[in-house]
Amino acid sequence: MSKRTIQHIVSTAVPLPIENIDTDQIIPARFLKATTREGFGKNLFRDWRYENDDESRPKKDFVLNNPVYGGCILVAGKNFGCGSSREHAAWALADYGFQVVVSSFFADIFKNNALNNFLLPVQVSDVFLQQLFQVIQQNPKTEIEVDLPGQYIRILATGEEERFDINPYKKECLLNSYDDIDYLLSLDEVIRAYEQSHERV
Amino acid sequence: MGKTLFDKIWDAHVVQRKEGHPDVLYIDTHFIHEVTSPQAFDGLRRRGIRVRRPDRTFATADHNVPTLNQHLPIREELSRRQVEMLTRNCEEFGIELYGLGHPFQGIVHVIGPELGITQPGMTIVCGDSHTSTHGAFGTIAFGIGTSEVEQVLATQCILQYKPRKMRITIDGQLKKGVVSKDIILYIISRISASGATGYFVEYAGSTIRSLSMEARMTICNMSIEMGARGGMIAPDETTFAYIQGRRFAPKGADWERALAYWKTLYSDPDAVFDKKLHFDAADIEPMITYGTNPGMGIKITETIPTPVQVAEKERASFERALHYMGLQPGTRLLNQPVDYVFIGSCTNSRIEDLRMVANFVKGKKKAPNVEVWVVPGSKQVEAQARKEGIDRIFEEAGFQLRGPGCSACLGMNEDKIPPGKYCVSTSNRNFEGRQGPQARTFLASPLTAAAAAITGKIVDVREFL
Ligand code: SF4
Repeated sequence: MSKRTIQHIVSTAVPLPIENIDTDQIIPARFLKATTREGFGKNLFRDWRYENDDESRPKKDFVLNNPVYGGCILVAGKNFGCGSSREHAAWALADYGFQVVVSSFFADIFKNNALNNFLLPVQVSDVFLQQLFQVIQQNPKTEIEVDLPGQYIRILATGEEERFDINPYKKECLLNSYDDIDYLLSLDEVIRAYEQSHERV
Repeated sequence: MGKTLFDKIWDAHVVQRKEGHPDVLYIDTHFIHEVTSPQAFDGLRRRGIRVRRPDRTFATADHNVPTLNQHLPIREELSRRQVEMLTRNCEEFGIELYGLGHPFQGIVHVIGPELGITQPGMTIVCGDSHTSTHGAFGTIAFGIGTSEVEQVLATQCILQYKPRKMRITIDGQLKKGVVSKDIILYIISRISASGATGYFVEYAGSTIRSLSMEARMTICNMSIEMGARGGMIAPDETTFAYIQGRRFAPKGADWERALAYWKTLYSDPDAVFDKKLHFDAADIEPMITYGTNPGMGIKITETIPTPVQVAEKERASFERALHYMGLQPGTRLLNQPVDYVFIGSCTNSRIEDLRMVANFVKGKKKAPNVEVWVVPGSKQVEAQARKEGIDRIFEEAGFQLRGPGCSACLGMNEDKIPPGKYCVSTSNRNFEGRQGPQARTFLASPLTAAAAAITGKIVDVREFL
């Protein structure tokens, strides 16, 4: 995989103020038949994006079809990414071009999957999330700043900001393009020792 | 201080613990299927490494398989390719595959327990969120993404932060017509689709203890539907009796040794949970969902809420859901006509589910306006159903008994509910488009589904018992 990192992002954002957006919406099951990680972006939110699955009939009221909104930050309602464990959801968001997803709550497996694909999940308070929706909808050109080293997200126009949490190990990975598998492979001796002392099953 | 069941198993599997880092957790059993594994095998090839423990890895094909004419090549090209790729990967990496046509093939979460692979005290993962099902045996079992599948294939370990722990206790005797699916739909309707996010749940209480293993699996299966990472139930005599004699169960002296260990697997009386909830079995009735997430459930006799009854933040989602479902707030679901009934999925496709349905249906006929699909969870369930004559009961009732697979649980294979149609489904997710684009799902128990099949509408099954 190409070496990616996340550091500091300034971008306009796409608002999706719907709660409990599940991974079946992010990428419907019928698009999970690929055997590579590429190309999922075109089917991102497929059934919200097109009328009757027809690419020539984009649904006008869906935000990805609205040229007013754009950018590499997706701002979404509470409990984003619930449902299936499909990593394809994270691949689709990243392939479409998103680098950050902001919500007031993320489903656990989605959060892991996102982090493993250099897509940064930024969890903010309900209040801050509503503020974000408001300013973006009032002015779609509003720029949002997301800083991973400093762990803050800021609305540039108003200066309002909030800190976000990320576990230190994952932060290191994202900043330095580390990979969990390389790390685990480096523990071969320790794993072998564990296996030898635990041959119970 | 005492330990929870979860802590006992977790701590026994920590290979390395380092401040500020996730734990390195050893995985005893890894299940794989065709959809979430190809990219992981590619990763191994790219790195030039092998599967560390092919002997602890088991594969089956379930999501993409057709449920009719399973002896013929899969017609849909992409599905066929994915299943073929699984076969090739298993051959290349020396993994046991229960593929299409194999007598053990079936939904991954049905075959693990059925073959005795799933045992108390284990850590089990699979690239599928309903891995939580295996928790019914007192195991730590959870779903993972494809990058994590690759981690486990490569190292038999996974990096994990310890989740918080929740205990949900249900006490008392279930009322007539109320089954385990109703228990879990009830809990989720109470605590919402995100009510257990960040937690690992242990189910306890006299109601849970009284359930069979298959009923317990139904409950643990849907833990993920309230956001939990997984669910588990302490093993007991019911668990041991279920496992004994199964293909991969320990035998002889190994059995005695295993049993002695399994009997230590319970939460100590003074163990601390981060959150505790308590429900009374007497308050549970047959349940059904009206919306597009599993938290949108009501007792079958209740009315759909009105917008004012819903928290303001959730109102937009609520209204969107009702619009999608074509339903009105404040109305009852009783007598709502349905077009399809789907009895299957890793939630409710085991032999007890099929028996429950067959008992109810025996001598009755389905309503002319519904199509009824019964999809067993595995080849073995199917064979058992035929042995017991359940297939003939279904045939006489006009139900289609199909071959095993995920089927209409997710709109991925040929079995899809057509746009706009209503389906009473024993599966676990009612998301928009889950059963096919624009399909409308009512989640319910096998009993409620059977009653809908016979009457062609949503009814209170208790009136027919
Ligand atoms: S039956 Fe449904 S929920 Fe279960 S593994 Fe298959 S697709 Fe997933």
